[in-house]
Amino acid sequence: MDNLRLMTYLIVGATFALYIGIAIWARAGSTKEFYVAGGGVHPVANGMATAADWMSAASFISMAGLIAFMGYGGSVFLMGWTGGFVILAMLLAPYLRKYGKFTVPEFIGDRYYSKAARIVAVVCLIIISVTYVIGQMKGVGVAFSRFLEVSYEAGLLVGMCIVFFYAVLGGMKGITYTQIAQFCVLILAYTIPAIFISLNLTGNPIPQLGFGSTMAGSDTFLLDKLDQVVSELGFNEYTTDVRLNSLNMFAFTMSLMIGTAGLPHVIIRFFTVPKVKDARSSAGWALAFIAILYTTAPAVAGMARLNFMTTIEPVQGEYLVYEERPQWFKNWEKTGLLAFEDKNNDGRIQYTSDAATNEMVKVDQDIMVLANPEIAKLPNWVIALVAAGGLAAALSTAAGLLLAISSSISHDLLKGVFMPDIDEKTELMASRIAMAGAIALAGYLGYNPPDFAAGTVALAFGLAASSIFPALMMGIFSKRINREGAIAGMVAGISITLLYVFQHQGIMFVASTAFLGDMPRNWFLGIEPNAFGFVGAICNFAVANIVSRLTAEPPEEIQHLVEHIRVPSGVEDAHAH
Amino acid sequence: MSFKSEEDAQAYWKENVRLMVILLTIWAVVSYGCGILFVDALNAIRVGGYKLGFWFAQQGSIYVFVALIFVYAKKMGDLDRKYHVHDDD
Repeated sequence: MDNLRLMTYLIVGATFALYIGIAIWARAGSTKEFYVAGGGVHPVANGMATAADWMSAASFISMAGLIAFMGYGGSVFLMGWTGGFVILAMLLAPYLRKYGKFTVPEFIGDRYYSKAARIVAVVCLIIISVTYVIGQMKGVGVAFSRFLEVSYEAGLLVGMCIVFFYAVLGGMKGITYTQIAQFCVLILAYTIPAIFISLNLTGNPIPQLGFGSTMAGSDTFLLDKLDQVVSELGFNEYTTDVRLNSLNMFAFTMSLMIGTAGLPHVIIRFFTVPKVKDARSSAGWALAFIAILYTTAPAVAGMARLNFMTTIEPVQGEYLVYEERPQWFKNWEKTGLLAFEDKNNDGRIQYTSDAATNEMVKVDQDIMVLANPEIAKLPNWVIALVAAGGLAAALSTAAGLLLAISSSISHDLLKGVFMPDIDEKTELMASRIAMAGAIALAGYLGYNPPDFAAGTVALAFGLAASSIFPALMMGIFSKRINREGAIAGMVAGISITLLYVFQHQGIMFVASTAFLGDMPRNWFLGIEPNAFGFVGAICNFAVANIVSRLTAEPPEEIQHLVEHIRVPSGVEDAHAH
Repeated sequence: MSFKSEEDAQAYWKENVRLMVILLTIWAVVSYGCGILFVDALNAIRVGGYKLGFWFAQQGSIYVFVALIFVYAKKMGDLDRKYHVHDDD
């Protein structure tokens, strides 16, 4: 076994041993511990756990790569996935904490005095969380197979066992403390390579500053150099490359923001802090921890793109000779994520924006973060740490999602609707069984990713934005929205979002069933399907308001309930009834 | 604890909403304004190697978001104490 593999086994093994140790220490003894970690988590600790909960395999592995090839257009992800926390902190988190229950559908069911509304919310929650968890399971399998050279299936199985251990045993309590450990692993794994690369290129160790500095040993700014290199090869200028049009960027960012604020697995993290004021500050801590990665990511993206371009074209107009390509290039060619085809048989790698002459026929964006340490010739322990970080990001998000799924099944469906008489011990057992079931389902879907897996991120954010966020916000800020309005609004929001996504990307993402085609000229106001959650949310707000005005006002006790959640004092511990 | 009077409850809610509107306006200006709608105009200004609009879209908006939440938490804490609905021990 070579040194790198040994190092990777050691570091990944050590982090897994840590997660298991925490699981044994933080076992859950009651439903309250299982659902909300006993409600006594410190706001800074919860902020850290929320950051790990939120930052998934997509944030860790894919986002910088996406931005590297989108340039300025990639800003939609940076602003969208952070700005959502501002509205979560001001519009939802403190009020939902005051309400003091265990799940998101429970609030919707109580506020709209309707089991039907609760069931609609459970269905939305399960669709959102299951689609999201598939991506995490794939991330676990991929990270294992690439770094530890075991099969994808074996890697997935190991990941499932680890999550099973701490999620089933500890519930939210185990998940919270493991997520704190996972945050530390993933943030170190992300920033250390970034610091080295920034130092190499600009001499400035802080990537956020290095990105705006001059190249080491020259007075050309890094960003100017980057703009120049990409435009010479016919790509759009990095710093001004708009994604389609300004309206589309606007809608895309807004969809990601309100989708973020409406994701149930993030919202329930704020049920674990003791008081309303803790929910407010905890959101600030969460975003501060997230911002460490999210402000580093654009620097990683730009620097990785520049490194990549200058590797292929070391001197202007003179492309790299294929036989002289570096070792990392060969490693990634083996995985199929990087591919070269010598179209003009000159033995050199022409890389251009023109598909007819471009010889880099495949550059998977995911390799940008994963190959970064190798491109920058960093020591083996850094590469091993990146593997552990990718796994931490995927496992922490998967566990949060699985908890949201299992608690909505055991608490909302079983206890809330079908078997209201079960005692706490039975409910705790049911929630553990639901958790085990959810892990098995997620694992199964990870082994057999459905055809629509690629399009699911759009679906998850679109649904969260168009269904859950408006229902929660109106439930807090309006006393007039009633049962009929809320249900009609959620159904309208989901329907129009699904209709738009399916008509352009196929029913359940089977492309041949797309009846309006995936063509920009057919898009409503030039808005791409991924950005349509915003329009769905507007429909939800509009329909809910109109229907509520046409039907009877909510009963008086509901109006009192709304007044009650607006007062921060007198918070009760999170409880079931 | 709850409000001393119905007027207090309404005044508290009004101040809360006003604070929120101010902070969310800043939130929208730095992201949708500086980062998207007026990005070209701001790009004419340079801060080091960064074009200003690009900087807002990929760095500045995120820093402002973090600050906004902490300002909100602080101001709401003050407001809670002013109306005696804080939950400190």
